[in-house]
Amino acid sequence: MAEVVLNGVTKRFGETVAVDDMSLTVADGEFVVLLGPTGAGKTTTLRLVAGLERADAGSVSIGGADVTGTEPAARDVTFVFQQYSLYPHLSAYDNLAFPLRSPARRQPEAAIRARVEEVAAMLRISSKLNNKATRLSGGEMQRVAIGRALVRNPQVYLMDEPLSSLDAKLRGDMRLELKRIKKDVGATILYVTHDQVEAMTMGDRIGVIRDGRLVQIGTPRQIYTDPDDLYVATRLGQPAINVLPQGVLPDGGAPAGAATVGLRTEHLRIRRAANGEARGQVDWIEHLGDQSHLHISLDGRRITTLAEPDSGLDVGDKVSIEVTEPLYFAADGTRIRGA
Amino acid sequence: MAEIRIEHLRKQFDDFVAVEDSSLTVENGEFFVMLGPSGCGKTTTLRMIAGLELPTSGRILLDGDDVTFLRASERDIAFVFQLFALYPHMNVRRNIGFPLSCQGVPRSDVRRRVEETARLLRIDHLLDRPVSGLAGGDRQRVALGRAIVRRPKAFLMDEPLGTLDAEFRELMCQELRQLHNRIGATTVYVTHDQLEAMAMADKIAVMNHGVIEQYGPPQEIYDRPASMYVADFIGSPPMNFLPFRGSLRRGTRQVRLNGATIDVPEIREEGAEGDLVLGVRPEHIRFDESSKIRGKVVDAEYLGTTQIVTVTTGHGTIKARIGADRPADPGDTVGLTFVASRLSLFAGGSGRAVRTELHDGGRNG
Repeated sequence: MAEVVLNGVTKRFGETVAVDDMSLTVADGEFVVLLGPTGAGKTTTLRLVAGLERADAGSVSIGGADVTGTEPAARDVTFVFQQYSLYPHLSAYDNLAFPLRSPARRQPEAAIRARVEEVAAMLRISSKLNNKATRLSGGEMQRVAIGRALVRNPQVYLMDEPLSSLDAKLRGDMRLELKRIKKDVGATILYVTHDQVEAMTMGDRIGVIRDGRLVQIGTPRQIYTDPDDLYVATRLGQPAINVLPQGVLPDGGAPAGAATVGLRTEHLRIRRAANGEARGQVDWIEHLGDQSHLHISLDGRRITTLAEPDSGLDVGDKVSIEVTEPLYFAADGTRIRGA
Repeated sequence: MAEIRIEHLRKQFDDFVAVEDSSLTVENGEFFVMLGPSGCGKTTTLRMIAGLELPTSGRILLDGDDVTFLRASERDIAFVFQLFALYPHMNVRRNIGFPLSCQGVPRSDVRRRVEETARLLRIDHLLDRPVSGLAGGDRQRVALGRAIVRRPKAFLMDEPLGTLDAEFRELMCQELRQLHNRIGATTVYVTHDQLEAMAMADKIAVMNHGVIEQYGPPQEIYDRPASMYVADFIGSPPMNFLPFRGSLRRGTRQVRLNGATIDVPEIREEGAEGDLVLGVRPEHIRFDESSKIRGKVVDAEYLGTTQIVTVTTGHGTIKARIGADRPADPGDTVGLTFVASRLSLFAGGSGRAVRTELHDGGRNG
């Protein structure tokens, strides 16, 4: 395992700057998740580390060695792609064994078998090893694809939305599985996703990416509770953070220069209004199974929060809204931290 | 617009029963989702409604008319496969109008209906553009336009978003539902993805091994699952199951698990005994040091407002969704209590839900 360092890396495709002066260090044994929407440059960043793209400027080093100009095959990284690509004519076993049989790292068959079986057990596909790849379900195929990356012990694992084609339950299981694998093998993992739940639950740190730039990097808790700007604040949180012009709600003590206020569920206390203190009205309650979202109208604006399970609120109820320690932002979106 | 009713529908392929005695009604204008894992019979059911398969027995009624043995083309139903194939050499207008041109609809009518459809999908500004230059989302909208331009009585969709990348899938999910709200056409939608189902459906039918285990509004299925299978399939993380032995009688309000007494909703049927299962949704668990149900935290997944905490207990591994402000670190010993009014009970052998006041009261809080 090894540390990965990107230093001022830039990658252009024609006029488009896909990755813009990116500097990032993934520590040895760390799980870093790059979070951003489609087109933010997260996949390109991974491909730069893998050597599948050449940087136009800056350097990439792995384990202290500069690999900026090194061929992908010589970098000792493995890459899990979003669209799993297995060899359809091979069994699950042979797909998993394939990377170990490459001429570059010839190993005795007994060692290969031991390793494949170990990884298969970890991914709970031991009973499927003899199945042809085409006879596996989508979830099984993706586990084989991840397994193919795990059979080797590379210096770095690179993963590009590896769970996005799985259904919700398997995704939940695989999140825990990847965390466990990371802990068990001490793997250095750089993982990209657009899914905030994956980022929050798996990452030791999350790097939020926008337009090819790293906007903020920190632990999930730091990114969620202490965002540097409005963009980062809106990337995390379900329901999404409410953004209101400063002054719409009384909050007592907005810092100078605050133009907007960001309000998450935990910054709001919503209660059925006593006489005369009504601020808003419950518009609808959206039941999503495990959570319910409370939509409240407030002087023509709308606030959405997670409904407390026992709030007892109903559609049409007048409510009072109390604000505690919200997030303030300047007109340009920069966070203004309180005094 | 149409109501679709299937009665005792059954489909057998040689000795494999794909669909077993299924009955359900899709009401006019409803967005109806058939949900289940691959091989559960949901696609076969959809294909029978479309007329692409003939049932072994049973009936299909469209607006009250028996269409069981009508050809697909005589049913006025549009079957939407995966939403991605466009004709690359045609512009947006011709792609959307293609199904009408094929039917020999007069050109002026084609033009009018294509423009209506494009407005509905908010792509009217793109009509004369080649499809090759379109962004992904707009390509999907064009593909959707081609499906809806015929204005059939009902839409049948078989995992239409299956091949899209995850972010687009979420976006298109919302768009499909909004589109449904605008045109209100009866839609039957097949998916294995419970989040898609919860987000889009007016009603969900959960299928398993060719059998409809339950159908109803999403929240009802979530709150009052008819079986352990349904309880496990819907919800992420799914319902926790705590096995115990005991007996339930009409009026029972408490159960005992390894010496801990747990309040449950009042039993409203003759009862069950022997192997039983207590079902607890993760969000109905509280941490309480005084509880006799104790366990060790093995993982905490931080989600901002809430966190999902995995706890190993004498009753198995339990996942709880609690506030993120409550400290829960791996290694901590915690006590757990459950929100009594929201618990489910199942017969261990059959997995069938035991009827309680939850079912009678229609409690939904």
